[in-house]
Amino acid sequence: MKIAIASGKGGTGKTTLSTNLASFLAETHKVVLTDLDVEEPNSGLFLKSELVYSEDKFKMIPEWNKTDCTLCGNCQDVCNYHAVIKIVDMIMVFPELCHSCFACSELCPTNSLPMIENKMGELKHFKTDSFDFVESRLTIGEEQAVPLIKQTLKFIDSKFNDDFIKIYDAPPGTSCPVIEATKDADFVILITEPTPFGLNDVILAIETMQELKKDFGVVINRYGLGNADIEKYCKENNIPVLAKIPNKRKIAELYSKGELLWDKIPEVKTELEKIVLFLKSNSLLK
Amino acid sequence: MKEIVVISGKGGTGKTSITASLAVLGGRDVVVADCDVDAADMHILLQPEIAKSEDFFSGELAVIDQDICTQCGKCFDVCRFDAIDVNDGIHIVNELSCEGCGYCARVCPVDAITNIPLNVGKWHISNTRLNQPFVHAKLGIGADNSGKLVAHVKNIAKEIAEEYERPYVLVDGSPGVGCPVVSSLSGAHFVVLVTEPTVSGLHDLKRVYELVNKFHIKAGCIINKSDLNLEKTNEIIEFLKQENIIHLANLPYNESFTKAMTDCKTIVEVDDNIIKETLEDIWKEIKQIIK
Repeated sequence: MKIAIASGKGGTGKTTLSTNLASFLAETHKVVLTDLDVEEPNSGLFLKSELVYSEDKFKMIPEWNKTDCTLCGNCQDVCNYHAVIKIVDMIMVFPELCHSCFACSELCPTNSLPMIENKMGELKHFKTDSFDFVESRLTIGEEQAVPLIKQTLKFIDSKFNDDFIKIYDAPPGTSCPVIEATKDADFVILITEPTPFGLNDVILAIETMQELKKDFGVVINRYGLGNADIEKYCKENNIPVLAKIPNKRKIAELYSKGELLWDKIPEVKTELEKIVLFLKSNSLLK
Repeated sequence: MKEIVVISGKGGTGKTSITASLAVLGGRDVVVADCDVDAADMHILLQPEIAKSEDFFSGELAVIDQDICTQCGKCFDVCRFDAIDVNDGIHIVNELSCEGCGYCARVCPVDAITNIPLNVGKWHISNTRLNQPFVHAKLGIGADNSGKLVAHVKNIAKEIAEEYERPYVLVDGSPGVGCPVVSSLSGAHFVVLVTEPTVSGLHDLKRVYELVNKFHIKAGCIINKSDLNLEKTNEIIEFLKQENIIHLANLPYNESFTKAMTDCKTIVEVDDNIIKETLEDIWKEIKQIIK
């Protein structure tokens, strides 16, 4: 079972819900939590865990080998990203623009652009007392999150079998990194807050999930703040509201220190139980 | 003309609320640009009237003409993005996975594949309710190339500022450290970092500052919700000192930000409160710094 936790707007509680739900579910199930917000991975800040494995992650980029190069310029012509250019008697490669499509390399008549590994980030596997946790972190200056997300998901699928509940902490927004992080999920939980920004952005996230034909539900965080427009919107559009996490300064304070909530704040535990009940009644959980 | 970019690394720190407040304080001096094209929210507070809208094309999408295709599978073999689906022997492009590299079209032996320009969103030039030029955009669902749309929004805002002699372009940047943020930062004269005293706020601030540092842009920081965790606030202040980042101000945890937002207003328009005064001081200080 794969559950992705996403949101249109950042800062609505994705990481809070991911870490708390993972920890809560781990009382009764085998769980692996994966932080796919590779640009700003935060889940690990809330977990006491021990590192068990780490590896560098690479993307493939072309490297110019001038020995046999005839400077025909084919590489520049076939690169749609302007990542390979010919200047006078040189071929220059711009790694941050390269999408690793291999066209320049494989279509080079003299094999002068072999593909080499270029580090784009790190993957780390941790163990907490009760569940596994995997995080990937994009190197600063690398612009593309998608290749790292892809490789992280491959790692999860090779390391953890279907007995595990796989929880993905997705990146914010609605663009390509979010699609990559949610497209394999069996169910997506969209977390939002009851403010005009929250409403605007959750509608974008809902439209994205509908476009992807995903099953999804909404969790309202900081419930009691703002207004009731989100509840109204979900009701009118038949979108299930799975839980409402109350707006409490105490929660914000615990969060600020990097602490989990469900074992300290009974209302949070009650709301997590509602989510689990929903997942069970929809056969998403045993 | 000077360009001020507001970013935060982490979402939900109050970046957009603060940027919109600075926009109100800047009045006729500023052209406003919302470069958080993925989840743009500034229009909610500035209630713009759209004067001009245009589609934005960037990148390409492969399309297979089934009348010509011989289903040889060469496209499937070369695609590194798993973007060619095979259903009952028929090769189809998966539009969400295709990254428009064009490799498939180049190797297709019967020229059945063409690349069409991709409409990735819309951009607008508007007038805010305060009568300021406002450039904003909406990225299409699942679209790539948000960095290019960000660059476009910024360029249009700069052109307007130059033509109408407005001294400042004020940019609401995007979250994270990837391509949209890189585009938001390029060419900026001053960066305002909005953070909060939480473990994740500080963590994300450090990462995004590493990026700012690569661009050698002068930066100032606002610690929002500063009384939520005084220990973390002090830790942030320590970090700012270490890195020579100007500590612009602390703003207390205050739900009037949200109350203002539900009325579609910025906090500086609500009433005479301490936050309003602090934001006025911040705006003055920023102007002084980039003079």
